[in-house]
Amino acid sequence: MTTTIYVPRDSAALSVGADDVAALLAQHAKAQQLEVRIVRNGSHGMLWLEPLVEVATAQGRIAYGPVTPADLPALFAANFLQGGAHPLRLGKTKEIPYFAQQTRLTFARCGITDPLCTDDYVAHGGLAGLQKALLQKPAEIVAVLVQSGLRGRGGAGFPAGIKWRTVLGAPADQKYIACNADEGDSGTFSDRMLIEGDPYMLLEGMTIAGLAVGATEGYIYLRSEYPDARTVLSEAITRARAKGWLGNNVLGSGKQFEVFLRIGAGSYICGEETAMLESLEGKRGMVRPKPPLPAIAGLFGKPTVINNVMTLAAVPCILAQGGDHYASFGVGRSKGTLPFQLAGNIKHGGLVEVPLGITLRALLYDFGGGTITGRPIRAVQVGGPLGAYLPASKFDLPLDYEAFAAAGFMVGHGGIVVFDDSVDMQAMARYAMEFCAIESCGKCTPCRIGSTRGVEVIDKIARGHRREQNVQLLRDLCDTLANASLCAMGGLTPMPVLSALDYFPEDFTKN
Amino acid sequence: MHPSASNRADASTSIPKDSTSVIDAAIARLGSLKGALLPILHDIHEQLGYVPPAAVARIAQGLNLSQAEVHGVISFYHDFRTSPPGRHVIKLCRAEACQAMGSKHLEAHLTAQLGIGMNDTTADGSVTVEPVYCLGNCALAPSLLIDGKVIGRVTKRRLDQLLDGCRNQGAGA
Ligand SMILES: Cc1cc2nc3c(=O)[nH]c(=O)nc-3n(C[C@H](O)[C@H](O)[C@H](O)COP(=O)(O)O)c2cc1C
Ligand code: SF4
Ligand code: FES
Repeated sequence: MTTTIYVPRDSAALSVGADDVAALLAQHAKAQQLEVRIVRNGSHGMLWLEPLVEVATAQGRIAYGPVTPADLPALFAANFLQGGAHPLRLGKTKEIPYFAQQTRLTFARCGITDPLCTDDYVAHGGLAGLQKALLQKPAEIVAVLVQSGLRGRGGAGFPAGIKWRTVLGAPADQKYIACNADEGDSGTFSDRMLIEGDPYMLLEGMTIAGLAVGATEGYIYLRSEYPDARTVLSEAITRARAKGWLGNNVLGSGKQFEVFLRIGAGSYICGEETAMLESLEGKRGMVRPKPPLPAIAGLFGKPTVINNVMTLAAVPCILAQGGDHYASFGVGRSKGTLPFQLAGNIKHGGLVEVPLGITLRALLYDFGGGTITGRPIRAVQVGGPLGAYLPASKFDLPLDYEAFAAAGFMVGHGGIVVFDDSVDMQAMARYAMEFCAIESCGKCTPCRIGSTRGVEVIDKIARGHRREQNVQLLRDLCDTLANASLCAMGGLTPMPVLSALDYFPEDFTKN
Repeated sequence: MHPSASNRADASTSIPKDSTSVIDAAIARLGSLKGALLPILHDIHEQLGYVPPAAVARIAQGLNLSQAEVHGVISFYHDFRTSPPGRHVIKLCRAEACQAMGSKHLEAHLTAQLGIGMNDTTADGSVTVEPVYCLGNCALAPSLLIDGKVIGRVTKRRLDQLLDGCRNQGAGA
């Protein structure tokens, strides 16, 4: 009898040796004349357990992890192909609390299927949303999206349905769907995980978006720092075309939708939507003034829906299960689930998809298990490099867009970066300014020059040079950045800087 | 493949690629794409490891752009090198999640071991080191990319092993 074994191909798993484990597993099995089928699945998101190897047994999938090549002889000796006992045995995958306590809507398939297997995709509910959308008028699809309450997951949280409605209403001979897969925020990897673990879902979401607004072409702007995601995605596009899921006759409907993959070139600002459009057009990634809105004049001057990977990947589930189903999760105006990402100095780092409204504390401790160093958590940066550093006194704040905004923070793309008490917050504030200086597109002076000034001022504070005056200067500089920048790069860089100053002032008074 | 992934291929072949033909082939193959400039630059970069100065005029002519425009794009993006890299390229993550796990110490160790700064290549041409701002491996920080391959939970010891591999001209990882 052939035993099916799962070894993830997710790049986080690969980064800690999943390929070696898969290769040696095959060798061992062959040497012992055991018949195995090794499936390279996506990751379940319990990244501290990678490489997480699963064995399909009569009782279900049994997980072992983290597995190193050196563990394999003992695992075979323990009869792990039948789910045998071993110190690395974690029980049934779906019963591991970290996983069982999540609400997986977007990541429902990720980790379970072979990401590139089209049969797997359909067998696990894939295409159900697209099939429904094909039976509906564009305005009806948009209405479902509006009803779902889905908001943009790329950072700004703008309602997706409203954006789609604008593009639907814009008359044009050609419209586009532009998927923002630039995922530049440190501490975020949900876009990457979905692309590597369930790429057809993104393509399905983009196709539905195309049907909804009357766009026949989609572009995906993927960051170059994700070589493995690129491999999976380009293969998925090829296979989807061959299957007739994309192309001139989507699922035999006579409707048309094509997807093209473009690769970024190491620029953070190209994640900003108008800079991304410039980059897609083959230019420098300079931010465009708005108006015109990209929904009216976007890619190549045509009406364009720009959405983050997570936004578009939520769409098939919303179409399949209904807008009201999605809207039944979450709190207030923050509907649905958000795949949070626990990163940095955290014991149980990984992906946690839960309804919006969970507290930071629940994520950091119940899921995350505190720091990996065992020291107290001192600061947590939420929402990427432009997000605030939160002290422990803020850990009970619910993660919803309004509550965070009211407190002066942002949820952003759901990245949560944990620091223990060895962190130097003055250094982190300096880094925020430095990063802005490196990544500024250069269009406006406050951002281009102000960020470099910010680094200098913080260096003076660090040297103890006219400390009080320079702290005031830093605050004034932040004021200018916040008020006089064209985009959120310059506009939000003050957020990490000021939160460091406000909540960790003691770090700015020592030499 | 990632731009730097090609370095491994370059290392295994002693015949230098004819850069002119690489450039012209990229223009011929990709020139008709919408927004063709980035795909063309990536293609050249992947094959040669950098964008040679000679590419600017040829691309400008092929795409009907000014040389200033092409040069402007090359210089805007951090990815594009304008001189050949070493046989192996290490991109060390500098972003917040990796900092939380001690990437600054790793960077100091790396540059000290090699005796070069970031964005520099060792005198023997074996290794180029560059910063990168997040590889999406932030739960298994600190991370680096070596010849297009992501490595997580990097320790000084692991870094030394990787450097030994580079110096011995073996596979990058
Ligand atoms: C400096 C900067 C960087 C950004 N980076 C990204 C990114 O990497 N990915 C992303 O989806 N959105 C990013 N955004 C947000 C986009 O501008 C835009 O709001 C988003 O792509 C819209 O899609 P959504 O409504 O689905 O979130 C960034 C914004 C700024 C100002
Ligand atoms: S704020 Fe900075 S990144 Fe944004 S447009 Fe101005 S210079 Fe460019
Ligand atoms: S911060 Fe280093 S991999 Fe994301």
